[in-house]
Amino acid sequence: MSGENLTSSEYIKHHLTNLTYGQHPDGSWGIAHGSEAAKEMGFWALNIDTLAISIILGSLFLYVFKKAATAPTTGVPSGLQNFVEMVVEFVDDSVKDSFNSRNPLIAPLSLTIFVWIVLMNTMDLVPVDYIPHLGQMVGIPYLKVVPTTDPNMTFAMAIGVFFLIVFYSIKVKGPGGFFAELAFHPFPKFLMPFNLFLELVSLISKPISLALRLFGNMYAGEMIFILIAMLPLGAQWALSVPWAIFHILIVILQAFIFMTLTIVYLSMAHEESH
Amino acid sequence: MNINATLIGQTIAFFIFVWFCMKYVWPPLMAALEERKAKIAEGLAAGERGQKEQELAEVRAKDVISGAHAEASDIINLANVRAGEMIEEAKGKAREEAAKVKKGAEAEIEQEVASAREVLREQVSALAIAAAEQIIKSEIDATKHKTLIDNVSSQLGSA
Repeated sequence: MSGENLTSSEYIKHHLTNLTYGQHPDGSWGIAHGSEAAKEMGFWALNIDTLAISIILGSLFLYVFKKAATAPTTGVPSGLQNFVEMVVEFVDDSVKDSFNSRNPLIAPLSLTIFVWIVLMNTMDLVPVDYIPHLGQMVGIPYLKVVPTTDPNMTFAMAIGVFFLIVFYSIKVKGPGGFFAELAFHPFPKFLMPFNLFLELVSLISKPISLALRLFGNMYAGEMIFILIAMLPLGAQWALSVPWAIFHILIVILQAFIFMTLTIVYLSMAHEESH
Repeated sequence: MNINATLIGQTIAFFIFVWFCMKYVWPPLMAALEERKAKIAEGLAAGERGQKEQELAEVRAKDVISGAHAEASDIINLANVRAGEMIEEAKGKAREEAAKVKKGAEAEIEQEVASAREVLREQVSALAIAAAEQIIKSEIDATKHKTLIDNVSSQLGSA
């Protein structure tokens, strides 16, 4: 446990606070101490830990995969290349299974989503105190190591997917076609406002469900790790080991769900009406 | 837990990652996979082809072997026949030769016998003559036979 002088609620709060940089209410710029201070900074503040860790992990993903892609490839694949190709084939198969149109963006998008989320979720398996404690040692007061437990992260990806859904819907069906899809289903045309309302809700629920599903799962998982970490030392491993093993499943499952739903939503965006 | 500008930053990062992946990671990986797929398919086809060829070769080898067997037994038969013929031929030849040799030997023997006989005869006649000479030598008396010799020489002279 980091800091024996903390109460357990302080400990939990500390673990769930992002390192936020923004403008304090008094006009000075700096790091928020505590979530209330972060809230006071309003919208124009950055969660530095989320940004840094996610970008590091994303770069790691691209670096490793790029390395595997540029290595001599025709012969018998080596370990890393084999692994990368296995992941790529898995994603490619998923895309081929549920995406019926042709779009060169979808497969790389799915790969990026899948691997990036897996990497970010995997940060959850690093013991909860390691990185924040290290951060404290070098003077970083707050550090939330799992980017997917920050709704900013999950909503950012979901909004990215949402933009793509809207973009491809308009590109494939034209603005009129997209509007017709929203307005003229599922009821006849004279109920257009009602249709529009229904379809808009279902459209907007897509990114929200994507983001909240991932965020909720990872946040809950992280929370349980934190709670386990507050147990006496002898009891910790008895709970954290099974939970970590179970969490390996969640880590990959949530990434897979996010990826598959992205493919499905974009596939729907490409298909001509219902 | 607050929604703030991180959202924008992450969205930008997300699109940059996706763009980079689409531009630089996905195509070479897919190309490599396709290439390997083609290579494996080729290898499998080649393997299959090789197997078929081997089967064909086996059949052909069997044919060749059975042909060789047949040919070999033909050759053996022929050789046996030929050997018999040769033996017969040799036997005939030997017989002929033997007869010839025998004939020659017989002729030679006859000749030998004849010449021996001749020699014997000559010797016997010489012996007889010698004996006769001895007898004549002892019997002849110049005076006694003077008239006879004179007779002969006169005859010779008249001739």
